[in-house]
This record gives sequence, C-alpha cells and structure tokens, in this order.
Amino acid sequence: MSSPYTLPAIVLITVFTLALGAFGYRFSRTTSDFLVASRTVSPRWNASAISGEYLSAASFLGVAGLVMKFGADVLWYPVGFTAGYLAMLLFVAAPLRRSGAYTLPDFAELRLHSAAVRRMSTAFVVLIGWLYLVPQLQGAGLTLSTVLGAPGWLGASVVGVVVTVNVAVGGMRSITFVQAFQYWIKLTAICVPAAFLLLHWQAARQPGSLTGPELPSFPDRTTVRVRADAAVTVDEPVTFTAHGVLDGQRRDGQVRWSPGPHQIDRDAVLTFPAGAPVPRLHGVPKLDNATWSQPLSGLSGTGQHPLFGIYSLILATFLGTMGLPHVLVRFYTNPDGRAARKTTLVVLGLLGLFYLFPTLYGALGRLYTPQLLLTGRTDAVVLVLPGAALGGLVGQLLAGLVAAGAFAAFLSTSSGLLVNVSGVLATDVLGRGSVRDFRRAALLAGVVPLVLALQVSGLDVSQVVGLAFAVAASTFCPLLVLGVWWRGLTAVGAGVGLLAGGVLSAAAVLITVLGADFGGWPGALLTEPAAWSVPTAFLVMVVVSRLTRGRVPADVGRTMLRLHAPETLRSRPVRVAGPDPVQPAPGAP
Amino acid sequence: MDIPTRAGTASTQPRRVRVVLAGRRQARRPLARREIEEQTQVGEVLVRGLIRAQLALAVRLSLVVVAFFGLLPVLFVLVPGVARIRVAGLEVPWLLLGVLAYPVVVGVAWAYVRLAERNEQEFAELVDRS
Repeated sequence: MSSPYTLPAIVLITVFTLALGAFGYRFSRTTSDFLVASRTVSPRWNASAISGEYLSAASFLGVAGLVMKFGADVLWYPVGFTAGYLAMLLFVAAPLRRSGAYTLPDFAELRLHSAAVRRMSTAFVVLIGWLYLVPQLQGAGLTLSTVLGAPGWLGASVVGVVVTVNVAVGGMRSITFVQAFQYWIKLTAICVPAAFLLLHWQAARQPGSLTGPELPSFPDRTTVRVRADAAVTVDEPVTFTAHGVLDGQRRDGQVRWSPGPHQIDRDAVLTFPAGAPVPRLHGVPKLDNATWSQPLSGLSGTGQHPLFGIYSLILATFLGTMGLPHVLVRFYTNPDGRAARKTTLVVLGLLGLFYLFPTLYGALGRLYTPQLLLTGRTDAVVLVLPGAALGGLVGQLLAGLVAAGAFAAFLSTSSGLLVNVSGVLATDVLGRGSVRDFRRAALLAGVVPLVLALQVSGLDVSQVVGLAFAVAASTFCPLLVLGVWWRGLTAVGAGVGLLAGGVLSAAAVLITVLGADFGGWPGALLTEPAAWSVPTAFLVMVVVSRLTRGRVPADVGRTMLRLHAPETLRSRPVRVAGPDPVQPAPGAP
Repeated sequence: MDIPTRAGTASTQPRRVRVVLAGRRQARRPLARREIEEQTQVGEVLVRGLIRAQLALAVRLSLVVVAFFGLLPVLFVLVPGVARIRVAGLEVPWLLLGVLAYPVVVGVAWAYVRLAERNEQEFAELVDRS
C-alpha cells in the first residue's frame, strides 16, 4: 500500500509549514502580534484560515472512516461540524467580536467581572483543547504507520514537536498564513483524488452495489497483513490462504473458516480471493450494504437507541463549535463585527465544499478497500483508497497527495489549538502574557497531549473529537449564548452552570474513553451526553442567575451596547483604550 | 468625560478594551446618539429594541434549520420508505445529508447576514435621524 511519493509529500508539507512559520516570525514582535495577529487579517484570509484550522484529522480522515464503517447515520458528523458555524454566526459571531475579548476567559470576565468564572473558563479551555489535540496526534501516528509502516509514536511525536516549535517561535500571525494555505492544500488533496476515483468507478465495471443485500467482499485478490492481535467475526464461510497463527494454531496454506468468532495473531498474512466475504474486526457492526446505506441502522455505542444518539450528536456538534477555544480565537482577528459575520459566511461555503468529499471516500472505500473492516483501521480509508483503487503511477502520486493533505490537517488544527491553549495558559496561569510566558506555555501545552496520545490508543478519531464537542457544548455554549443575549446572567449562575455542564459531560466522556460500557439506556446516555448535559447547563445557569438576581453586573447595559451596537454607530465617536486602539476615522465630525 | 486614555498592553490584566461611546463634540451630534452614549433610559430602550430584533432574527432562522434537520431522523424512522427513494442515483438520506445540507446551511447564513445588517442599518438611521 505504500507509495514512494508519500514520504517526500509529508516532508514537503512539514517543511512548508515550518518555512511559513519562520516567514511570519519576522513580523511577530509584540504580544498583540502573537495573540491575534494585531487584527489586521482580512475576511477572505481569515475565512480560509478558520477553515484550514477547523478541518482536522477528524474531518480529513475520521469522517470517511466512520462512513465506511457505519453508513448513513454518521453523515450527521460532517453536517454538524458545518452547521455549528451557522449556530455561531446566528448567536455569537458579531457580538463576540465587538466585545473585544481575546479569549473565552476574557469574555467571561468582561461580561461578568468575576475572577472565579474566568479561572473556570480557563480550566475548560485547556481541557477541551487537550481533548481535541490528542486525536490529532493519534491521527498523525496512524497516518505514518499506515503509509510508511512507521511505529505509531513517531507520527504523533513529529507533529507534536513541529507544531510546538512553530507556535512557540512564530505565534499566531504566522499561523494565520499557515492555516489559510492549508485549507487549500487540504481541499486539493481530497478533491483531486476524489475526481479520479469517481471517474475510475464510473468507467470500470462497477465492483458491486452499495445498496444490495450482500456483505462487504473483496473486489480483487487481496493480501492483508494483520499488525496487531485481532478478534474477528466471520459471517459467511470464507476460504483463504494464510501464513501465521490463526485460532491458536500455526497455519501455512489454505484455511476455511466457518461463521463465528475467530482469532488472528499479530503478523499473520492472509490472502483472500476475489469475491470472498470480509471477516470483520470485533467492534465493527455487521451491516450488509442495504442496511449500511439506510439511516438508523445502529450507530456505534448507541446500539438500541440510535435515534437518541443521533439527536444528541446533532446537539453536540451544532452547539459545540462555538465553544471550541481554537475556533473563537480566530474571530478576534476580524477587524470588526460585520467582518466577523462575512467571514463566517465564507467559512460555511468553504466547509460545505470540503465535506462533500469525505463521504465519497467512505462509500467507495467499502467497495475497494474492505480489508480495513478486517484490520479495524477504517480511519485510514482516505489514505489507502487512491492507491488501492487506481494503482499504477497515478495511484501512487495521489496517495502522496492525500498523505500530504492529512498532514496538513494535523499540523493546522494542532497549531490552532496550541496557540489558544498556550495563550490562555500564558495570560492566566503561568504569567502575565509576555512573549516569554507564551513560549513557555506553548511547550507545556504541547507536551501534555503528546504524552496522552502516546498512552491511549484504539479510539475512533471522529468519536473522540465528538466528545470534545459535547464538553464544549455543555460549557461555553450556554455561557456565550446567555452572556450575549440575556441581561439577567450573573457570575454565580454562570459559574455554577459551567461547573454543572462541564463536570457532567466530562465525566461521561471519561467513562466512555476509559472503555466502560453499560449497554442499554445508561450506555447510550454516557456515550452521547450532550442531549442531557447541554439543557442541564442552560437550566442551571438560568435558575441560579434568577436566584442571585441582585448580583447582575451594574454595567450590563453598557456591555450589551458594546456587544450589539453596529460599527457604523461607533466609528466616529468611539475611543478604545486597549492593546490596539481603533483610530477614529479621519474627517469624523 | 470618563474616557480611559492609557492604552494598556496585553500584559496588563484582563479588562483590556473599554469602549465608551463618547466623543469630544457631543453637542453637535443627534439627540438619540447622545441618549445612547449617555446610557439614558431612552437610549436603553433603543438598544434593547436592536437586541430584541437581532435575537428574534437569529431564533427565527434557527427554527428554519431545526425544522429542516431536526425532523429528518424522525421522518426516516416513521416513514422508512422515504429513505429508500432514489433521486439522481442517490438514496434520499445521502442526497439530503451528504450534499443538499450544505447549500441549505449556506443559504440560511447568507439570509442572516443580509437581514442582520439591515437591522443594524435601521438602528443606525433611527439613531442619527432623531
């Protein structure tokens, strides 16, 4: 499956990222440069940068992997990832930019004047940031081990180190350049091979239907090398050639497996004839293509309650985006609230365009690379599909291209997360926000998730990301929405609500990640906590705020004016004191 | 005039940006603008009106989105036949969620940006006229 162009492509994209970082470094001099690029970024650059930052390993690799494994139900992931920006546009984008806050903790303090709520926000920014960084690094490890056969820790370390150094050296100004370019790299990397794949699929005798009653089967004679001990299930009798230990016995030659559970030891090499049914790894659901292509076939984890799982997922992704720390910080680089809206509109277009493609990879992957259902590495479908389906020089070149795109995805998302987590750490925990504090914070912020990523493994990239969304939706979404629109919010209400939503969702996430499975309703409620944790957080914030209504900040009227007054009104008389004073327009009355 | 004059840096503590709608030549500017800047009750009413209009707009458009996306899962459960219909070679769930969802989202966003700016425009005109 490896292509000679993969390694050069990955090296090229990494060097390119570093070079852009160095280029930006020449302009990064003050703290303000480091944190928000001095707010000089134009909406078009900003939209590319936001999209470039947002399209992570989960989008580039994970969505296709989930589609291949679970089918129509997981189409809600990319839809939710996109619609989250719509919720953000409708409820927070412009007011948040007008608030003039740098980070989420800044907003909390500016609106509520509470050091305690600020500290709590800081803790959740760091938690969500790390929760989101771990799957990025894991994705990098998966990519390198898939395309080059490198050990898993290597990819995670390479991305972790490159990003940490880049962020520590260049800050965010350089990151804006890097992110903007990386959106276009990712789009190219996913859509060019997709075009070839579609043409190939149309031209070739179609290797089977995706809606028929049959289970996935190998389109051609396929050799699979099993890298880790695997418990698999066989649904239909299958005959293949094996070299290795199967069901505890050394086998060299033809093997016939009857339906039921089987065991494959590490390093076994299996060769399946064309048309053989694909044994599936433990955990991969038994789905014939007809069921796979239909909704509500049983999303992973939510087993008997797929409808609940889907609604919870919708809630988490639609409302979680606005609470992701690395997403919000981008909005401060818009010149004003109107630009923030325009930027978001462009972002929605760019994301919508990108998300047309991962689904295609997932569907075609089921036809051309079903062996991933056996090895369990469905997250790698985008990486292996071009080489497997197209073959030859074209396939190899395209395999290099998607690998470069995947690396662009890890580098950009982890850069954005790291900038934000270190910004918050530098101003609120380690020091007072000097450039030196920022660099020290970047090191700390980068090392922790790297260590975590090397420890845990075996989780679906998109699902871990979905959990980060659930925590974000249960904490910052209510804080932002109520803070922007409701005068009655008090610091006590916000604090208790943050704590309630955050602790409940984080506990559910932790239980899921640690692998406990309760089955039935408890299992469904814990794997997709958003449906109950988000309303709880809102409710607690409102009720506690009503109970403490005497403590509504005295200047709430002024704050509301600042959040909502259009710039046309303020352009002339407003004076801003702060890190980058807005100059009154020349010729103002 | 209580205008903070010192430009802080990012290294000073959190409340970094203070926006005060006040300028030197207040007397020449329209009454409503002064009302708002000076946080009088009239100004308060004007700002509340703007906020209510913007919130109503956001809520209305999010109801459109909720109606479109929120009903799909239920529809697929209650009327399973719908999900098997093929349009342009694609089954309905794949067409709706894989392709059409994105133009819908962008369309709603486009409408919002236009309408929200119109609200602000009207507010600014109201303020400058009176």
